[in-house]
Amino acid sequence: MHNGILYLAGQSLKELMLPIIGSELIVNLIMTLICIGILFMLVAVSALVFTLGERKVCAWIQVRIGPNRVGPWGLLQSTADMLKLLTKEDIIPHGVDRWMWVLSPILIFIPAAMVYALYPFDDGVIFADVNIGLFLLIAISSQSVLPFLMGGYASNSKYAMLGGMRTVAQMLSYEVPMVIALMGIVMITGSLKMSAIVEAQSNIWFIFLQPIAFLIFMVTCLVESNRPPFNMVEGESEIIAGPFTEYTGMRWALFFLAEFANLLSIGILTATLFLGGWQGPDFLPGQLWFWIKAFLMVLIYQWIGWTFPRTRMDTILSFGWKVLLPLALVNLLLTGFGIYIFKWLL
Amino acid sequence: MEIVDLVPPELKNNVIVTSVDALFKWGRANSIWPLSSGLACCSIEMMCAAASRFDLARFGYEVFRSCPRQSDLLIVAGTLTWKMTPPLIRLYEEMPNPKYVIAMGNCNIGGGPFADSYSVVTGLDQIMPVDVYLPGCPPRPEALIDAMLKLKKRIQHPETAAGSEERMNMSRENLENMIRPIAPGKVE
Repeated sequence: MHNGILYLAGQSLKELMLPIIGSELIVNLIMTLICIGILFMLVAVSALVFTLGERKVCAWIQVRIGPNRVGPWGLLQSTADMLKLLTKEDIIPHGVDRWMWVLSPILIFIPAAMVYALYPFDDGVIFADVNIGLFLLIAISSQSVLPFLMGGYASNSKYAMLGGMRTVAQMLSYEVPMVIALMGIVMITGSLKMSAIVEAQSNIWFIFLQPIAFLIFMVTCLVESNRPPFNMVEGESEIIAGPFTEYTGMRWALFFLAEFANLLSIGILTATLFLGGWQGPDFLPGQLWFWIKAFLMVLIYQWIGWTFPRTRMDTILSFGWKVLLPLALVNLLLTGFGIYIFKWLL
Repeated sequence: MEIVDLVPPELKNNVIVTSVDALFKWGRANSIWPLSSGLACCSIEMMCAAASRFDLARFGYEVFRSCPRQSDLLIVAGTLTWKMTPPLIRLYEEMPNPKYVIAMGNCNIGGGPFADSYSVVTGLDQIMPVDVYLPGCPPRPEALIDAMLKLKKRIQHPETAAGSEERMNMSRENLENMIRPIAPGKVE
């Protein structure tokens, strides 16, 4: 039986509602809506918090102080930014492909928010624990390539078009080593189910069984979410702001929010797949372990981003195809041998 | 009667009454994102202002955007020549409203040491509305931070700079008439 705090809270809420409403179907429907609401809140709040967090972490790494004038400890800084972005003039340039241009920032939020349905936050706390969880997760997250290309193409600007093409090139090529690196985990677990992957790490975390896959996964995560040092998509010294070049105010802010939702996403994903998810020593509840690991990974990703300068487009692609892909294949082979030897020893 | 008086006395400590206008002004004044553009040596001081010693980020102004579509403030840092004027005006026009301009350095306030030159614009306000003039050759980063705080004051209290509204609303035709091309051919 599950014993996560959130799971028990949800169960007791369900038992509370059942005698009042009567029908179990309606109670389940209400619970589903509550879960969706919580997930959307999580995505929105994380985006708002990380805009400030990113600037603070950047400031600390560069021996600065960071925002501290607007509100206590600069806490109202992202509120001020959002108010300003909301009230900026909304420019729709002549010559844009209007529908695609308008839809692109909205569509980019969908895969960024949808993957949150597949994360096991605690014991038994997972919105959709499907048996092809990891596969579905990668399938959904790879959809975020399309809005980038849509925005780049529809802007009718050469910088935006180049930025869109770069996104496609970099995200598609890094999906291959990422998937092959994750195959090692799936082989050890014997299941694609997200909850099964976390449970398989109750004795030993996969970071110790699959160190090469962990490193490959970290690099590919940075590339997939367009984080520095791999943010070729908006390399300002080369292509202004990439696919976002023509977007003003809130339209641009939606791209920005999706980026921060993705940042938390890769933190959660790394913690879940390699650091044991919600599992940890008993003195802290699983929920807390989960968030500690996820935020630690987010901090490490930000650290990497603000430490290394931006790389070049051609070096990224050749690194992905010529180094990471063979490495991932070797890792797969080694994992296969390892599992075979392990079984033979038993 | 003021709206503040409508708040019951027992809620006085818990309710903040403000106008939407004041709220938006607060938002704009506290999140001025400059365009990362520099013309001459003043821009070195501008870069310094965002770095660790002076830390423009404390005020939330460090988000230098590379694209005019997402920036609010054009810091014209350095000597402005007539040849550079059309691209600069184009950058200014690509910025979404509300937008602000800081004339940084003696050169673009009044020509500076190049006031007699045939090629230097003797005063940025001849070609675009200027919100804050920042003299110095070059002005130190602290001075730039002070100029941005003056701009913050100007946004929150527009009445402090009377008469600037009509300059903000200058039309494109007026701007074009003001540009005096030095070479034959139409300025873009």
